Amino acid sequence: MSKQELEVIIATDCGSTTTKAILIEKKDGVYRQTFRGEAPTTVEAPFEDVTKGVLNAITEVEELSGRKLLDGEKIIPNDGKNGADIYVSTSSAGGGLQMMVAGAVKAMTGESAQRCALGAGAIVMDVLATNDGRAGHEKIERIRQLRPDMMLLSGGTDGGTVTHVVELAQFLKSADPKPRLGASYKLPVIYAGNNKAQDKIKEILGDSTALIITENLRPSLERENLMPARHKIHDIFLEHVMQQAPGYPKLMKMVGAPIMPTPAAVGTMTEKFAKANNYNVLAVDIGGATTDVFSVFNGIFNRTVSANLGMSYSVSNVMAEAGLPNLLRWLTYGKIEEQDLRNRLKNKMIRPTTIPQTIQDLQIEHAAAREALRLAFEQHKALAVGLKGVQQERSISDAFEQTASGQSLIDVMKLNYIIGSGGILAHSPRRMQSMQMMIDAYQPEGVTMIAVDSIFMMPHLGVLSQLSEKAALDVFYNDCLVRLGTCIAPKGTAKKEGEKILDWKVVTPDGKEQTGELYSGDMVHIPFDAPEAKIIAKPAKGFDMGAGKGHEVEAHIEGGVVGLVFDGRGRPFSMPQNKEERIAKLKKWYTALDMYPAAAMDD
Amino acid sequence: MAHAYTPGLKVMPCTVITKKRLLPIPGKVLAEKGQQVDALDEVALTELPGKVFSINVANKLGVGAAEVAKYMLKKEGDKIEKGEILAETKPFVKWKFLQDLFKSTVEASITGTVESISTVTGQVLLREPPKRLPIKSYITGKIIDITPDFGVTVESEGTFIQGIFGVGGETNGEIVMAADRPDRDLLPEDIKDDYKGKIVIGGRYASLATIKKAIEKGVHALVVGGIDDRDLRLLLGYDIGVAVTGTEKIGITLIVTEGFGTIPMAHGTFELLKSRDGEKASVSGATQIRAGVMRPEIIVPGMPKHINEVKRDQGRGWIEPGDPIRIIREPYFGILGRVKSLPPELTVIGSESKARILEVELDNGEVIVVPRANIEVLEK
Repeated sequence: MSKQELEVIIATDCGSTTTKAILIEKKDGVYRQTFRGEAPTTVEAPFEDVTKGVLNAITEVEELSGRKLLDGEKIIPNDGKNGADIYVSTSSAGGGLQMMVAGAVKAMTGESAQRCALGAGAIVMDVLATNDGRAGHEKIERIRQLRPDMMLLSGGTDGGTVTHVVELAQFLKSADPKPRLGASYKLPVIYAGNNKAQDKIKEILGDSTALIITENLRPSLERENLMPARHKIHDIFLEHVMQQAPGYPKLMKMVGAPIMPTPAAVGTMTEKFAKANNYNVLAVDIGGATTDVFSVFNGIFNRTVSANLGMSYSVSNVMAEAGLPNLLRWLTYGKIEEQDLRNRLKNKMIRPTTIPQTIQDLQIEHAAAREALRLAFEQHKALAVGLKGVQQERSISDAFEQTASGQSLIDVMKLNYIIGSGGILAHSPRRMQSMQMMIDAYQPEGVTMIAVDSIFMMPHLGVLSQLSEKAALDVFYNDCLVRLGTCIAPKGTAKKEGEKILDWKVVTPDGKEQTGELYSGDMVHIPFDAPEAKIIAKPAKGFDMGAGKGHEVEAHIEGGVVGLVFDGRGRPFSMPQNKEERIAKLKKWYTALDMYPAAAMDD
Repeated sequence: MAHAYTPGLKVMPCTVITKKRLLPIPGKVLAEKGQQVDALDEVALTELPGKVFSINVANKLGVGAAEVAKYMLKKEGDKIEKGEILAETKPFVKWKFLQDLFKSTVEASITGTVESISTVTGQVLLREPPKRLPIKSYITGKIIDITPDFGVTVESEGTFIQGIFGVGGETNGEIVMAADRPDRDLLPEDIKDDYKGKIVIGGRYASLATIKKAIEKGVHALVVGGIDDRDLRLLLGYDIGVAVTGTEKIGITLIVTEGFGTIPMAHGTFELLKSRDGEKASVSGATQIRAGVMRPEIIVPGMPKHINEVKRDQGRGWIEPGDPIRIIREPYFGILGRVKSLPPELTVIGSESKARILEVELDNGEVIVVPRANIEVLEK
């Protein structure tokens, strides 16, 4: 079947707890998601067969749509009335793809190897490097303790020194690592380092591991070449890792395109969306245990996963990493004591499925979410950087702007679009809460559009985009994204509260105009649901909207279920240190945005 | 009849408990199928490969990496003693005293074997002797299955109680009741001198002072309703970020049956433990709440005095009107009641979310509404 002929598509995402199926149908030339079903994932005992959950989820779609899709365990070919043209799937069940990576120098090949594995959808358990500060025996102990699904070994530029990478290979051999699944097979090791060391590596690891040699992921200091190694990771994920997971060999026979690790599919969709619109995009998926962050800036894709920042299993770690004062700063309740907050968060950790029943409890979860999003973003910024160790040619003008190599690629002023997903963002009782959590966590500058993927459809669409970009993008725009609106935030700090910092005018395509002003220290909400419009924003002297201090900008915006949020708190914004002042400010902002019922914001 | 799925902790007077006791790497199984074993018996044994240490011999001798082999006095696989000379240079001088003066030597930093000699890096890897790693039966019972090279499955009939959270690993000891009621705080003075090596059962709460006193007295395990997170942090010296525990070395195994804060131990749990007072128990604090839930546990082999029937775990995971439950989230955290009804429709709750709820009747007759996600069924 050629790509043009796709009319009906069934797609599943096998998550750790739930398998979600969606049906996509082409109607009047446009692809739409029409029905969806879900069922518990069946990777663990007593079922130990992922296809059972998949069939259950598809059966639910059959029941809702009235379209017969299954003949036993097979997908029926599309005959116009029943069946589907293709079935595709992603998977993160069983803990996803867990990898360990190694590079010669931590900040150079170590970081490139980490970016390579993360971009392929893996969880990076550890990064080994010659200069990681651990003694040889500590490295060996670490390799032995962790049982990754596979290992990526890099190091050295092509033709450069072989010593470091050979040393790492020797440590690896001494550790004699075992894969996580299937103790009987050899650990797959991908070698993507100095091409001159390939023979030595074969000699050392050839017998004891399942060694795969590919192109160097850092052929020279100035160039990263991550794709060949990423492809190898996907191949091994399918050939080795998936083969060991319960029921996956069966699932692999059912699908019409290779199964993708869920985060890799989300990354692919983020990239396609960014490219189609020429946007800089930030996408986040905040779960119970982990937070994934994806970004595309100036066409460069990056992904990070913060393995211990999440809303239930890891919520206690959010508190540990952010510190209690950072959580407390978002609460309008002055009487909550440290002891009480600590116990509440620990109780959420040990009983992760409970939900907030009161506004106070909801505010605590929202505070934890902001901090988890903020910390995961910090980690992302630290990895999404230019190549380190590159010699830079400087002109005289550069001398005044002393930037080192390895600067973060993320610039919130140039960020066009934020997409949030995960329960806390997708299912907030009020959509404004989702929007505000993302604004507080990321502090976007200038004009930034914000949306949520309310049923986490990006994995399905990512894998589908490999076959039909049109189908994936159609559904993405029409059914996946819930547009919240646009945040308008001048960068700068005001000398005093209440001074005017922005004049703005919004013009819709049919010529309707709306104007207003923004004063420092204020948050303003303007309901606005036009799918697109134009904003002309003239910041005051000392404030920047992207064109320089005091310069007017004109930008494309989107309305949505929330509308426009004008953030006059300044950038960077700081919260008053005094508790009473802080609570008064929060109440003023939350009331202006109608975030929580006013009566429920007091102790 | 309306019912709904709910998780719950197991509190079973007498059930069949099976435990897989497996080595992390292959080894030798020491027990046979059908054999009766005591909790402290070793059932399998393996040897962990020793730690590896590296020495850059090329650097130390001041020679090229490719030349290292010719200066080595030991080959790969040779046994070495700490301080023994591994490699030395041979100066081209005639007299021995001058040879001794100019030669450089490299000594072994550990006792063990030479693992590898690299002529690329000039590095020599030494490995310590293997470590003995036995695995004990943990519970008293009968071996019902053997996993060749890895271990056994032990089966036992007895009392099985799960806690919600624990720290510290497996231990054993005699149960002793240190609190007379489930709603009483366990105070430092309640920890007596003769509690050494015992499993001490408290009431609703133990403070840091109480836990420290128990450690000081050599108590093997402490079981209470609740503790404060701040105390846990002070005890461990760090915050537990993710609930994966069991390897802490704090000199005691601590099991919390209800949660963080001051929460009376469930009546059923307390009474059941009381009925096994003075008997030997196996206890583990290991908790893992992600991917394959594991809760801390107390296992007492044999039947309690008033029980003569073994109830197998039915794996019942639903609730019905009349079931005794505990609320596990604010604003009613820790309160007990009975399910009154289970309305099927989604209901807007106090946080403005829509959720499936249930009506709970409290002991004083008051009826409250709680999301179904926020309750736990207590064993009847």
